[in-house]
Amino acid sequence: MTAVEDRPDTSAKEIGRDRRRKEDQRLITGRTRWTDNIALPGMLHMAMVRSPFAHARIVSIDTEAAKASENVVTVLTGADLGEAQGVCINAWAITTDQVAPTHVPMPTDRVAFAGETVAVVVARTMAAARDAAELVDVEYDELPAALDLKKSAADEVLAHPDLGTNKSAFWKFDSEEAGTGGNVDQAIEKARGDGIVIEREYRQQRLIPAFMEPRSTVVDPTGEQITMWSATQIPHILRFALAATTGVPESKIRVIAPDVGGGFGGKLQQTPEEMITFAVARRLGKPVKYTETRSESLMTAHHGRDQWQKLTLSAEKDGTVTGLKVELTADLGAYVSLVGGGVPVLGAFMFNAIYKFPAYQFNCQTVLTNKTWTDAYRGAGRPEATYAIERLMDELAAEVGVDPLVVREKNWITHEEFPFTTVAGLEYDTGNYEAATEKAKASFGYDDLRAEQKRRREAGDRIQLGIGVSTFTEMCGLAPSRVLGQLNYGAGGWEYASVRMLATGKVEITTGTSAHGQGHETAFSQIVADRLGVAFEDVEILHGDTQVSHRGLDTYGSRSLVVGGEALVRAADKVIEKAKPIAAHLLEASVDDIEFSAGRFGVRGTDQGLAMADIAMAAFAAHNLPDGVEASLDSDATYDPVNFNYPHGTHLCAMEVDTETGGVLMRKYTCVDDIGTVINPMIVEGQVHGGLAQGIAQALWEEAVYDDSGTLVSGSFVDYLLPTSADTISFDVQHNSTASTTNTLGTKGVGEAGTIASTPAVVNAVVDAIRHLGINDIQMPCTPERVWRAIHDVGGSGTTDTEGAAMPHFDESTGMQGTTDRTDGAS
Amino acid sequence: MIPTQFEYLAPTSVEDALAALAQHGDEAKVIAGGQSLLPVLRMRLNAPEVVIDLGGIEGLRGVREDGDALVIGAMTTHHAVLHDPLVGQHAALLVKAEHQLADAQIRHRGTIGGALAHADPAGDLGAPSLALGAEFVIAGPGGTRTVAADDFFVDLFETAIAEGELLTEIRVPKHTGWGAHYEKFVRVAHQWPIVAVAAAVRVEGGTIAEARVGLTNMGSTPLRARAVEEALVGQPATEDAVATAAARAAEGTNPPSDLNGAADYRTHLAKVLTRRAVLAAAGA
Repeated sequence: MTAVEDRPDTSAKEIGRDRRRKEDQRLITGRTRWTDNIALPGMLHMAMVRSPFAHARIVSIDTEAAKASENVVTVLTGADLGEAQGVCINAWAITTDQVAPTHVPMPTDRVAFAGETVAVVVARTMAAARDAAELVDVEYDELPAALDLKKSAADEVLAHPDLGTNKSAFWKFDSEEAGTGGNVDQAIEKARGDGIVIEREYRQQRLIPAFMEPRSTVVDPTGEQITMWSATQIPHILRFALAATTGVPESKIRVIAPDVGGGFGGKLQQTPEEMITFAVARRLGKPVKYTETRSESLMTAHHGRDQWQKLTLSAEKDGTVTGLKVELTADLGAYVSLVGGGVPVLGAFMFNAIYKFPAYQFNCQTVLTNKTWTDAYRGAGRPEATYAIERLMDELAAEVGVDPLVVREKNWITHEEFPFTTVAGLEYDTGNYEAATEKAKASFGYDDLRAEQKRRREAGDRIQLGIGVSTFTEMCGLAPSRVLGQLNYGAGGWEYASVRMLATGKVEITTGTSAHGQGHETAFSQIVADRLGVAFEDVEILHGDTQVSHRGLDTYGSRSLVVGGEALVRAADKVIEKAKPIAAHLLEASVDDIEFSAGRFGVRGTDQGLAMADIAMAAFAAHNLPDGVEASLDSDATYDPVNFNYPHGTHLCAMEVDTETGGVLMRKYTCVDDIGTVINPMIVEGQVHGGLAQGIAQALWEEAVYDDSGTLVSGSFVDYLLPTSADTISFDVQHNSTASTTNTLGTKGVGEAGTIASTPAVVNAVVDAIRHLGINDIQMPCTPERVWRAIHDVGGSGTTDTEGAAMPHFDESTGMQGTTDRTDGAS
Repeated sequence: MIPTQFEYLAPTSVEDALAALAQHGDEAKVIAGGQSLLPVLRMRLNAPEVVIDLGGIEGLRGVREDGDALVIGAMTTHHAVLHDPLVGQHAALLVKAEHQLADAQIRHRGTIGGALAHADPAGDLGAPSLALGAEFVIAGPGGTRTVAADDFFVDLFETAIAEGELLTEIRVPKHTGWGAHYEKFVRVAHQWPIVAVAAAVRVEGGTIAEARVGLTNMGSTPLRARAVEEALVGQPATEDAVATAAARAAEGTNPPSDLNGAADYRTHLAKVLTRRAVLAAAGA
């Protein structure tokens, strides 16, 4: 039933137009308000003193020399701030018996990861604060550190000795118990007898979100409300957390996320730095600013992924899947952060993906270690799931001896079968995997590339060609509040919007979503322009300030359009309904005869009518309103989604592998994403491009590497390899739209799609290029060295861990004279 | 972030710069393009009391001919070297290396002298300067002296430039008509090379008459692959002959192990990249 329903011609409408982003001029030129640009009268500056050790007792902290330093106002420790610093909350206790250490922003007795703050210097200038931070003398008693994930899961060394275990929570979903499918162990047992069993263990390496703008916070305690500006994705949630943990009434806190330079989930956090800044400003009664350095950002802003995935897939001999069992071990790092404890579980419903598994089981053990804590990173749980299943489907195809697309087609949900309830219990509303795949194959030149691959194999070419497939889906649009409640999440998933009709016919929109680069101001303006029939330029989008858009649950999980956009549509529709009686009154017609179309209220069967702006003015003047009608068109709406939203797509990737060096080179990348109705194709293309680059980067380049003592070795962009445009190719980005039925506009989320889909496509391509050499896995990132070792069987497989050492381009050994004491860890 | 406080001096002549160095001794650091020093200062890995900026010394910029050599001022930017017609004609190998050095922003700020004096074994210019037999003109309190490339690189981040001295010029013997290639192996474009090979060869009638090969990041200094050079002379510029010679590329090297590759992998790369570099340089 999923044929695209007939929609009116939208060519004259804003929706579907390639509108240039109205926010870009100020964002690109920097003539705007980033948090670090903010300067308030009498503002003080802070620098953090951070632990160089992954795990240590704090024996003593001598702040005297720092306090005596020029222009220093004070130096404060955790003991000085006490309970006023609040705590960093754990909003997602996935089980009632979850083990979680209390996360004090600045601990007093023990540090649990390298980079944790132990003291803060407050000075009149940033330079003075940084200088004095080096004078704080902290004596540590180093403790053994829990670093390796598997060893930590076995409690060999405890990350928090008082807790008695590193095992935080065990979470399970079983299709037989849930009544959504059969018994997976029986399915696997049967397949061991007469079918195929694929057993693999995959590594999701640790990643760093690496947003462009480092985190920054300014707190002004001098007004009636305490105002916090912060480079955050979540001003509303942050305000709640501040109030809930410091005792300051929520009504006395205003949080503003001004223009924010990227997040990727990395700013979906209530950070220790925000809490410390808040506490210091309150204590001193003066405005205070803290802006992290890039080194601090890489070391202490939350990391992402970091899992071991043990996977068992059972199938019949012809490749029909019969069961999937997932056993995850997930590294939470030193603390259970805002939603970090639940991120691995977000993948629980997605391992079965687009395939009709009759039996499914998901097991997840979360583990505490003495590393930087992990939390959401673009895709959050779903990239991990998609990677596992899409890698497995390629492995199954190899086992059956068919093309990877054949085994997928055999098992995927066909377009006639929607809506479809999956073995994980989700109801997929729409999709057309066949259509997306056909379009992708044609555009990619699939058959030609397969032929070239065959030629290269037969000729034994030094350069081998591999083709990787990823037919992904994801759940986005977080989230139905009832579902979140069932998952024991600490909040709902609704979103809020309001429409203010100004007297002059202009429109102000407030949204509870909080853009940090996505282009909401443009896309939301397009939606409102169409809905109310006003000019695109006449719509202003206000967001990111709890005093302006007072309700909201912020931006993450590809939710802003599909949840926030729906709230906006509903608020706009209420405006129209409120305007109709006024229009009828002014036109001396019956309300029932009023028709609204293209911004005009007309009287059915006549040429009489009034524009929206006329009604707005009439409501403002209020000289001539019908009895009992209020003098306002303003409306708002809170929308709680009834279901998630399921974009999908077929991604095809061709990789060349230099068998001599192990070097890999992308040859072609085609994706056909079905993201429903597209509001602004240019913004969507940008989201897909960026998402692809980020997902490809996990496959090939990025990895947060620690050494044996728990120091982050890839602590700068010299060693944490972000790609640039020089490293990526021109992607072939296309769409195939099946309108979603879960929201009025038919939209689906796109913020994470590229990241979720691309990683397995790339690794599948790399493995496919060298599978004939007896290789069935390369651990991510697929470095040339790993590929080379796999091909030549030198010193292990392609799954060796990365060496925990960096090149010494920028360290003390640069042979330069002069000494600096780094033992205080200030960076 | 912010470096520790330092005094900033901007001399306008080599003499003034040397005088400042003499006055401040090891409390001073010399800044050329600042592409390595500034990150070090900003990360507070070093805290000199005085920074002496050579940017105001006009005489240290530019490329000129001096008989059989090109003379490149130490403060000539990578970008200027890359686009200099004399360098292109007589020292093509330098152009090949500069073309792949870091990114456009760094090439516009960084200088050839600063990069060579910094002596990062992963830097892109050490191997080509060894291969081309460059000479380093070093000014000191007692006048200038000239050091051969083979003697210039002493250890990790250490050169023959003594305390109180400045690198002022790089003299590159003309290699007019030589084939040249810089084969750099990286994971992302802006990265320091995991290994790179600089090759310059003179081919006469299909036979390699002379060959110079330099290795990047195969030890604590850039290195010359002398065994390869010797093995190449008199050989035909063919895949097999060059591969045989290139198999000796790792002799005498001591490559590091780090997150970009273990020593044995670098050893393997050196051989492969040497073969590719020489073949490309020979136009084969």
